[in-house]
Amino acid sequence: MSALRILVPIKRVIDYAVKPRINKAQTGVETTGVKHSMNPFDELSVEEAVSLRQRGEDNSSPMKVENILALSAGGPKTPDVLRTAMAMGADRAFHIDVPDANGSPEPLTIAKMLRGVVEKENINLVLLGKQAIDGDQGQTGQMLAGLLGWPQATQASKVEIKDAEGTVEVTHEVDGGVETLRAKLPLVITTDLRLNTPRYASLPNIMKAKKKPLEKKTLADFGVEDTRRLKTVKVTEPPPRKGGGKVEDVDGLVSKLKELGAL
Amino acid sequence: MSGARNLSAALRRARVPRPRIALRPTSSQTPLPTTAARSFTVSSTVQATKEIKFTSDAYPNVKRNPNFAELTPDHVTYFKELLGSQSAVIDGVSTDASDDIEPFNSDWMRKYRGHARLVLKPQSTEEVSKVLKYCNENKLAVVPQGGNTGLVGGSVPVFDEIVLNTSRMNNIRSFDQASGVLVADAGVILEVADQYLAERDHLFPLDLGAKGSCHIGGNVSTNAGGLRLLRYGSLHGSVLGLEAVLPDGTIVDALSTLRKNNTGYDLKQLFIGSEGTIGLITAVSIQCPPRPKAVNVAYFGLESFDQVQQAFLQAKGQLSEILSAFELMDGRSQRLVQEVTGKKQPVEGEYPFYCLIETSGSNAEHDMEKLEAFLENVMSEGIVADGVLAQDETQFQALWSWREGITESLSHLGGTYKYDVSIPLSELYQLVEDCKQRLTEKGFVGDDDSFPVRAVVGYGHMGDANLHLNVAVRRYDKEVEKAIEPWVYEWIQKRQGSISAEHGLGIAKREFIGYSQNDTMVKLMKQLKNLYDPNGIMNPYKYI
Repeated sequence: MSALRILVPIKRVIDYAVKPRINKAQTGVETTGVKHSMNPFDELSVEEAVSLRQRGEDNSSPMKVENILALSAGGPKTPDVLRTAMAMGADRAFHIDVPDANGSPEPLTIAKMLRGVVEKENINLVLLGKQAIDGDQGQTGQMLAGLLGWPQATQASKVEIKDAEGTVEVTHEVDGGVETLRAKLPLVITTDLRLNTPRYASLPNIMKAKKKPLEKKTLADFGVEDTRRLKTVKVTEPPPRKGGGKVEDVDGLVSKLKELGAL
Repeated sequence: MSGARNLSAALRRARVPRPRIALRPTSSQTPLPTTAARSFTVSSTVQATKEIKFTSDAYPNVKRNPNFAELTPDHVTYFKELLGSQSAVIDGVSTDASDDIEPFNSDWMRKYRGHARLVLKPQSTEEVSKVLKYCNENKLAVVPQGGNTGLVGGSVPVFDEIVLNTSRMNNIRSFDQASGVLVADAGVILEVADQYLAERDHLFPLDLGAKGSCHIGGNVSTNAGGLRLLRYGSLHGSVLGLEAVLPDGTIVDALSTLRKNNTGYDLKQLFIGSEGTIGLITAVSIQCPPRPKAVNVAYFGLESFDQVQQAFLQAKGQLSEILSAFELMDGRSQRLVQEVTGKKQPVEGEYPFYCLIETSGSNAEHDMEKLEAFLENVMSEGIVADGVLAQDETQFQALWSWREGITESLSHLGGTYKYDVSIPLSELYQLVEDCKQRLTEKGFVGDDDSFPVRAVVGYGHMGDANLHLNVAVRRYDKEVEKAIEPWVYEWIQKRQGSISAEHGLGIAKREFIGYSQNDTMVKLMKQLKNLYDPNGIMNPYKYI
């Protein structure tokens, strides 16, 4: 195995710090005018890919990184997160154009498309977030590994390349402790929160990212159709919390408690 | 929406140890004391075990005014009958209520402590009027108090003044969507007002660290500055009207909601920033801007103060109406934050200066386009050496924590002498350099424990020419204090600066007003005070 060719699929989602609101028709979440950012788990994947490159360069890891490809499927604003990924250190990006109006394609569609990318681009490591915080389906990584017939290590909290032959050790958290898995490349890894701390996009890198190649593709380029097998019936908010009341003083409290039959 | 969102939010928040807007610090946190010889504070661990010193002991030259009457049970009976409700009077005269009164008698920094024995919490302007009229007739001194989050001891009694607390006057009276004018009682908590406005897509034009506790009446009476002054201006501009009660009980109804009103003297201005010395503000009407939909934050490293000034000029020119904050932090302040929090600095490499820029606007794309053009420009011209741009809310808050975390970090390292000053921009940082040089020449500054001074740092609101000069010390040292004061005040006076840019005078800076105001000004102020408060019952021993 010569070097790592990493694919990092990412998703543009409503910023985790923003409270999502259900739309009036109860068919989904209101997205217009709401701040969007990169899915936090995907940020970890990008950071890990870039960190693998750094570790390869300073020889703390036995394999160098040849290329990091960031990829995202979505509407016209998707390039925003791809530029962020490239500002963090990805080398190039694919924007798979999927109209916003249709909502996100199903995980199986994405997994099939990713398989196409892996084959065409000769990828040997796929780093994905374990789930996207908007749909919470958490299926894409596993489906992709299945379609490719590759080993997979999910919810990684540590990734280590052990030798130049492509032996990888992945640690993840399990009930009551941590479990370390070993596998050989090619490999699918999904990332979890404690893996790393994503870096900031520095100004020089943000500028450099503008010049990095960003190619627009379609699902059809990878022989996939956006078929849907699930229909969203209804989206509703949890019942609102009932607020407490305020009483003026101790007498007020006593009479209130009596009124409620608690005394 | 999802468990993962919540989990990720919770875990990621754990990485940002301090929320961007901290609620009111509890007593376990230490002070951001302002200035004055006596403002020295020791570290929090020592404080927690120590009783707060009485202000009357810390300022032995301040004597109780013998013209004021002593409180009697008869007075208390009058107030109880007047205010009716049990919760409106905390009576330490006829009963022992010292535990209940203590929070009203001392400040959150644990620096000032009075001997008050009576706390009154009126619920309406009429009640305030009756209370003050009675106090005036009986020569009972009064301290108006809001959230008690001040930094100069203005809201705590010195001797046995009656605490007149506005916490029960907390109704929002009206909000007009079209004009953006909010009318609210003085005791409404700033954060409550802001949340109310947030639901209506508006913003309170003031934001500060104590927003979870401070009252808007207190904000107005102290003319609080805060983080967004650069964008939304001073309260002297955004407050359209107010309602106040004079010491003789007269209700001043100037609760105008008009932007324009050139009819006679603008008397409301007298109450803004007068720290409750001529009357008590009971309600305000304030102009609120629409809430920005897009906010961006960038953080830079710069090589010199000259470049900081150039960056500020460029930011004003290129970002103009969307620029909402331009904060300056020197390299030493950022290293101290790093030392205490253990976080990795956002920008690699060390720089003598750092700046934080925030933009707020209505259109994310428009703002980003402007911001990127600005960043490209300052980078390519070599004004900014390096920098980062927040890509999401987490980073947004993490970057702010490098500015807002300075005060807290300093408090973990020992005591701090703090000076909140305003100086013409070109000389803003020179004060820090000069102070550092002065203390170094005197042999006070060093890296090990034999030196009393750990570091001389500067940071502040660059956009408002407002600098916080902080001398972080390992221990209290009279010699260090003597080396700083009154030297620092004289330095500021020479440059026609202000010795108190946003923290006010209170008791801490009362005696230093002469460094920023000439004799004529002080005389006119005293005339005003005597005119409206001939018996001097309103917030005595403070201000002027």
